[in-house]
Amino acid sequence: MQPAELDLARYSVRLESETDFSGWRDAARRLALNEIKPGDVSWHVAAGSDQPPGDLPAVPVGAQLVVPRDFIEHAETAFCHSDPSRFAFLYRLLWRLRTEPKLLAIASDPDTRRLEAMEKAVRRDSHKMHAFVRFRKIGDGDEERYVAWFEPDHFIVERNADFFVRRFTGMRWTILTPYASADWDGERLAIGPGSAKGDAPDQDDTEALWRTYFENIFNPARLKVKVMQKEMPKKYWRNLPEASLIPGLIAGADKAAVAMIAKMPTTPAPHHAKVQARHWPKQPVETPQDGDASTISELREAAKGCRRCPLWRDATQTVFGEGPDNAKVIFVGEQPGDQEDLAGKPFVGPAGKVFDAILDDAGVDRQKVYVTNAVKHFKFEPRGKRRIHSKPNAGEIQACRWWIDREFELIKPDLAVALGATAALSLLGKAIAVTKMRGQVIERKDGLRVFITIHPSFILRIHEPADKEAERERFLQDMNQVKRLMVA
Amino acid sequence: MSVLTVREKLAILSDAAKYDASCASSGSAKKDSLKSGGIGSTEGMGICHSYAPDGRCISLLKILLTNFCIYDCSYCINRSSSNVKRARFSVDEVVKLTMDFYRRNYIEGLFLSSGVIRSPDETMGEMVEVARRLRLEEKFSGYIHLKTIPESSAELVEKAGLYADRLSINVELPTDEGVKKLAPEKKPETIRLSMARLRQTMEEKAEPTLRTKKRERFAPGGQSTQMIVGADKTSDDGILHTSARLYGSYHLRRVYYSAFSPIPDSSSSLPLQKPPLMREHRLYQADWLMRFYGFSQPEILAGSSDGMLDLAIDPKLAWALRNRGQFPVDINRADRESLLRVPGLGTKVVAKILETRRHRRMRLEDVGRICQSIAKLRPFIIAEGWSPGALTDKQGLRDKIVRSCEQLSLF
Repeated sequence: MQPAELDLARYSVRLESETDFSGWRDAARRLALNEIKPGDVSWHVAAGSDQPPGDLPAVPVGAQLVVPRDFIEHAETAFCHSDPSRFAFLYRLLWRLRTEPKLLAIASDPDTRRLEAMEKAVRRDSHKMHAFVRFRKIGDGDEERYVAWFEPDHFIVERNADFFVRRFTGMRWTILTPYASADWDGERLAIGPGSAKGDAPDQDDTEALWRTYFENIFNPARLKVKVMQKEMPKKYWRNLPEASLIPGLIAGADKAAVAMIAKMPTTPAPHHAKVQARHWPKQPVETPQDGDASTISELREAAKGCRRCPLWRDATQTVFGEGPDNAKVIFVGEQPGDQEDLAGKPFVGPAGKVFDAILDDAGVDRQKVYVTNAVKHFKFEPRGKRRIHSKPNAGEIQACRWWIDREFELIKPDLAVALGATAALSLLGKAIAVTKMRGQVIERKDGLRVFITIHPSFILRIHEPADKEAERERFLQDMNQVKRLMVA
Repeated sequence: MSVLTVREKLAILSDAAKYDASCASSGSAKKDSLKSGGIGSTEGMGICHSYAPDGRCISLLKILLTNFCIYDCSYCINRSSSNVKRARFSVDEVVKLTMDFYRRNYIEGLFLSSGVIRSPDETMGEMVEVARRLRLEEKFSGYIHLKTIPESSAELVEKAGLYADRLSINVELPTDEGVKKLAPEKKPETIRLSMARLRQTMEEKAEPTLRTKKRERFAPGGQSTQMIVGADKTSDDGILHTSARLYGSYHLRRVYYSAFSPIPDSSSSLPLQKPPLMREHRLYQADWLMRFYGFSQPEILAGSSDGMLDLAIDPKLAWALRNRGQFPVDINRADRESLLRVPGLGTKVVAKILETRRHRRMRLEDVGRICQSIAKLRPFIIAEGWSPGALTDKQGLRDKIVRSCEQLSLF
């Protein structure tokens, strides 16, 4: 407290305590509404003093103080700072806000910077209190209580007490600090006066275990003392039971790391051979036997490890065709998408749902058709947390024809339906204009009839509802035609 | 063999867990004990309760249920051929340790991993039992992270998600070839499928059920993974490619990079040297560029000669130096995306610039007041009264910035 300042100021405000925000708020409101400049006010804390509160002018009738809504929140946080000039500083800010309502949005203003820095310091101190309070247990059974000693930099006990209530509801606990204490008896929270370190218990049996953990979770080959100290400054160490181990761990780290490295690989542990024999019996080396598949399920098995093009690298799994092995028709899509890649089944994503619904409308039983893709691994570009589908290129389509051709050989369908350009390219070996050829049947050299239409995902991409409906209707007509061709 | 005390087991089983980098206890759903009258809370942001001299935060009781293991992964201290001392916790012991530590505010919760003994299901079953006991019998609302064993059954994983905040499955190494070589019994295919199944289950459970309109609780903290860096020859570009694939494919919350650490009694197939910590740090920085700064994976290292991140400067600065044509950026006019690409401007500072410039034009000093250091920034921005002129394209710019930033560096 600086008496000289008191003498000069026209108004002296006495706050009940260091954390008497409502007292400050009331006084600041009265002062500001009476146009009293920051320089004319002095602030001080006089808890329990007999002095009457400073004589402050009343709020003029009908006067209203308008400040940005978030100012109170900011001020309440900064108020917990230990800087004794904070009361005057916050009043100055309030004074400026009357004529500069956007002040807090101007990050480069020195007062705004200072407010931010104060809040940051308080929040950091609170965070460290959440982290570094160490309870010690006293008593057992009904007498069980947990008591901690903590030395905050700022006035944050009141602010943090609720956090500990939420976290340790089922415990009886007390946190002692030099300026205040918080006590929870399982039902009620009480804020009391400060105390001395000696009032807290000085040990706890579990600390030996905690120190054991701290010692062993540390990896001496990764010593980074500065990083540790930045987050856990030395001022906290004296109240942390594990901190006394730190100097020894640092001093021994190099030696320990060197020892780790120097310790040459030894012969395998005695039980190793037994474990290997029991759990990992040597299996005959399997050579890929793609060509030998004589059923669709054998072919599907063989395709699981397909490495014919590099697409397997980023995909989850091979998505093989699905359906009865004597199907009369095979639908060929482009490639699996995000959902298909996860599920390992073709046509289960959004486009697959559209496809299913239209097949149903056309009266084609999906259980009786075989559905597959021209390319069997999902090709995509990762973008943030999404995968953007990217079109397979001619090389990838060509590589995958190996599988498609075998699917056709084994199933021997009457008809193939190419859904979209990629499928058409795969089935016909040349690029065709799908929109132009749509609804036509092309006969391959080997006699297979290939019906050309769009891929159902095309319908999904149309935004205009009327156009979307029209396109869906066209696709339904295509499917009706497919049904007729199946019968023929 | 003599019976080990809990303290001896703790020493062995925390030592065995220290090579796993995953530690975060953030990002889960908020919960506290007010209603249950139990113990524990998670409030979105995790809390680091201590720091080890290796600079790593201690937020969770990170232990193995057992370090007996039938696998023989050469980078792992717990592999079956290792001569390390073995121990095994009982479910009771882990539950009690967690509660005792939590009540004293040492930790945010439990991170439980395990060597695989007998069968994956048996091991996973015991881990799930620990989590179940904590939640239901101890009324524990703190954080629980379970390391899922890829080969375990879908039912067990579903149960795990019921009790855990986060589930993770390690991809182990950046490439399938690496896994095949160093972890011959592990199957990259199974690891992918497990991650895919986890994502599917998480999305399924996030849908409100028709009958109750309530969402089922299932691993609200999402899934994460870890890969070991420096045990095989994969380049940083290759590692980031794998990360981008993992984030995109399985919606992971985090990919942890763990610089390969020499382990006692290590296998002869591995490098015997200190872990490349700076490389690990740069990878995390590059990871942030992908997740928070709008960089796509291929552009981070595009134009670099060897596909490796520059160890002397951060990846954003390195990118800016390779792409000087995109600078200088006008602080008073550029959009958010361009500002985020300026070296030295973080997401918070960019938000402040956008807000401040609505009210006044910003000078170089104004920018200087809200960010840590202007040295990195100056050549890349235009501000009121400031233009870098030829500085942006100057030869030797990199060295100049490196010198002026050296004092600020943490390492």
